[in-house]
Amino acid sequence: MRAQDVVERTLAAAAHLHGCVVLVRESSEAVLRWANSTMTTNGHTTSGRVTVIAFVAVEGGTAAGVVSSSAAVTGAAQLSALVVAAEAAAHDAGPAKDAMALPEPSGDDPSWGDGAVETSIGVFGGFAEGLAEVLAGPQRQYGFASHELTTVWLGTSAGVRRRWVQPTGSVELNAKTPDLTGSAWTGASTVDFVDIDVVALAAEAARRLEWGRRRVELPAGRYETLLPPSATSDLMIYLAWSMDGRPAQEGRSALAGLNGPRVGERLTELPLTLACDPAAPGLEYEPFLTATRSGEGISVFDNGAPTRRAEWLRDGVVSELAYSRAEAAEFGTRFTPTGDNLLLTGGSGASIADMVARTERGLLLTCLWYIRQVDPTTLLLTGLTRDGVYLVEGGEVVGEVDHNFRFNYSPLDVVRRATEVGATERTLPREWKDWFTRAAMPPVRVPEFNMSSVSLGR
Amino acid sequence: MSLDRIDPEFRALPLTALADAALSRARDLGAEHADLRVERIVSQSVDLRDGTVTGVSDATTVGLAVRVIVDGVWGFASHVELTPERAAATAERAVTVARTLAPVAIERVERADEPVHADAVWVSSYEVDPFTVPARDKVELLGEWSQRLLAADGVDHVQAGVAQVRENKFYADLAGTRTTQQRVRIAPWFTATAVDRAAGGFETMSSLAPPAGRGWEYMTGGGWDFDGEIALLPELLAEKMKAPSVAAGAYDLVIDPTNLWLTIHESVGHATEYDRAIGYEAAYAGTSFATPDKLGTLRYGSEHMHVTGDRTVPHGLATVGYDDDGVLTGAWDLVRDGVLVGYQLDRTFAPRLGLDRSNGCAFADSPHHVPIQRMANVSLRPDPRRDTTTEELIAGVERGIYVVGDKSWSIDMQRYNFQFTGQRFFRISGGKLAGQLRDVAYQATTTDFWGSLDAVGGPSTWVLHGAMNCGKAQPGQVAAVSHGCPSARFRGVNVLNTQEEGR
Repeated sequence: MRAQDVVERTLAAAAHLHGCVVLVRESSEAVLRWANSTMTTNGHTTSGRVTVIAFVAVEGGTAAGVVSSSAAVTGAAQLSALVVAAEAAAHDAGPAKDAMALPEPSGDDPSWGDGAVETSIGVFGGFAEGLAEVLAGPQRQYGFASHELTTVWLGTSAGVRRRWVQPTGSVELNAKTPDLTGSAWTGASTVDFVDIDVVALAAEAARRLEWGRRRVELPAGRYETLLPPSATSDLMIYLAWSMDGRPAQEGRSALAGLNGPRVGERLTELPLTLACDPAAPGLEYEPFLTATRSGEGISVFDNGAPTRRAEWLRDGVVSELAYSRAEAAEFGTRFTPTGDNLLLTGGSGASIADMVARTERGLLLTCLWYIRQVDPTTLLLTGLTRDGVYLVEGGEVVGEVDHNFRFNYSPLDVVRRATEVGATERTLPREWKDWFTRAAMPPVRVPEFNMSSVSLGR
Repeated sequence: MSLDRIDPEFRALPLTALADAALSRARDLGAEHADLRVERIVSQSVDLRDGTVTGVSDATTVGLAVRVIVDGVWGFASHVELTPERAAATAERAVTVARTLAPVAIERVERADEPVHADAVWVSSYEVDPFTVPARDKVELLGEWSQRLLAADGVDHVQAGVAQVRENKFYADLAGTRTTQQRVRIAPWFTATAVDRAAGGFETMSSLAPPAGRGWEYMTGGGWDFDGEIALLPELLAEKMKAPSVAAGAYDLVIDPTNLWLTIHESVGHATEYDRAIGYEAAYAGTSFATPDKLGTLRYGSEHMHVTGDRTVPHGLATVGYDDDGVLTGAWDLVRDGVLVGYQLDRTFAPRLGLDRSNGCAFADSPHHVPIQRMANVSLRPDPRRDTTTEELIAGVERGIYVVGDKSWSIDMQRYNFQFTGQRFFRISGGKLAGQLRDVAYQATTTDFWGSLDAVGGPSTWVLHGAMNCGKAQPGQVAAVSHGCPSARFRGVNVLNTQEEGR
């Protein structure tokens, strides 16, 4: 059954309800994976899911129930069954605190009637040729390339009919010396793989392995540290995920101050802006909101609302927090949906190489790994450096640190204490890549990054 | 196990016809091995904030997968449509994938033999299928828990919920093995938050209840005392709010099973996965310091350290009758007398290690993913000679900390350097508990930490804990796994003050 028919028939089966949202997702994903310089698991998969959200008038208000199924839709009876199950779930749930009238449509979506867009293993055409050359090289190669196209159709009983195609692509390349003592990483995110030069990525990794020919041991301690864009992105993503308004209002967040949320508090004199923006070129995401669950900052009642640019920090000042429409009404503020990309801007035009050249003594990182929250009151995070910590002296890389470090540091302090921020560029967040690939970040200089202990892991 | 416990809706699927269609097509096309998996996974989550429902959500995932070996090369394909025609076509696609990859596949697959298990049925150990309980009853129970907590002094907010899964798998291969299995698991949780508006701080405390391979009976006292925990939690939270900050330094730690399970998971469970140890996960989840060349010689920990892998412990989240290679599951040693002696394997990895049989760790989290080696229940054995109590372990500490409940965790990509926090930390002074501490994290290198293990508690201290959401592989797969352990004592572990770390 066509996705549009799934939407219309389900809404027809739900016509007796207070309201209904139908979300159809069809995904197609092509992947290449390699280890020990040979391909391991490759594939092309397609999958789909129909989600039905039933809104039911109950004593005390409106209730919501969510039911989804990955089964292929072969008949209208299946859709009626989903509506019945969602209606039952809503009755069992009882009145919802985030109940609101569904958003009204804002104009026609000319792509509504179009079908699913599929990727194929052919998307790796030129990339695969380059990869074959890389795998035949002297280093041991490990990595993963993935391209996914997800088509979403959203229909609501309020009349919203929207369709969106989300491309998500990335490549990660991990090169090791033949004796496995040296390890380097490069990665990139992409819409279509046309812009990915895997041979150049491998050459960059090889250059870093060269830096490792001289090894130095360093103790744990506080170091002047250059965070490249990937490392910056993983820390800033955690910060953005911590910008929910409700916990800040209720005093249970690092963004909570003594007199309410820390909105308006200046974190830095640098004019840094941290934002998500559905229209960011090359990093676009859904221009309308889709939600299959309610929680802090998000509500199933907001399905179909336009998304917008939200500035979590603006010119160095805490600016916005995430609120669903119901939360915005509760706390007397503006509806602020979270987004599926993240941009940190406001730095200089400096590249990471320029910043290395201006460093008397410091550490140049590659990327971060296994980041977890240690203390929610300060947003203290822990994690590891991974695949290359390089010692910079007198403006150039003089060697590789012969181990990794465990760090303990808050992304709020990265913003507060940064002494230099360079040029924003598209980057791949190594840690959060499974959930979040669309980021544009600058390199950042932090004067006393806390390398809490030595990790022998390489 | 009685046959009729298998979900009738799953039984009603044309499983035999699907198997016959897929396997015969694969054989006709030249596959030396073929297996078909048909899966139906139903899940439900119920979530509340401050006693009010924020969501009741049900999801179903169904599909079939065909895996083949053609001329020593793997092929895999899956589909959502459960018809014999589609099963045969999916088998054909899997064969095409294998033949397409043949030119770039350097290695030829060799697999350990396995006896044929014809028409085997296995159902996990539970009493009440959670999907037979009305969601309204679940909302009521969680609402009642929330209200009890909210009514207590010092509790400002409560979040609560329960996740439930019923997983049906049918497996059939060309050798003649056919298994039909059903597993049920449940993960209840709640967190109470206290906010100090005047001083501008907050603390949380969460339930220590493990997720378990159990049914709804778990929620009503079958396996965990929720009423007792709810009664104690507010007072413990209030004490934590007023507790002094820890002085950083080396301490003797007595670690409760509710915290130690996660340290075992990260520092032993993942480190003894064979695919990690030989580099298959190097670019993502990582490798392992415990490489196969050290098997039989690596000193992992003290002589008190005896760690087993199993897929058989009752109520274990990784417990199953037959794995996704059609292997009858069992139990084996990973670390014996403190020395590395084993790995977690599937049928492809067993021969590489010189073993003639897999220990049954193949698992795929969905019909649309390839089975890979996943974690068994990896557990620390209690003292087999003496039923030492937690109090006795504490009595043997002059200056130390008793660590209860898991919270934050992080470990490096070779499983060496880790850092953990917890739900509660009690100061130990002169062999006795002396009130809670705040801002504690312990940090160590795996082999140093396990080398400092100087005593394990007895069987009466043993608890089976675990996680629903262990991630591995690209594309990512999620698995549930349990870890049993006693209370245990470690000497001279580095403890951080997280406030100082953040300065």
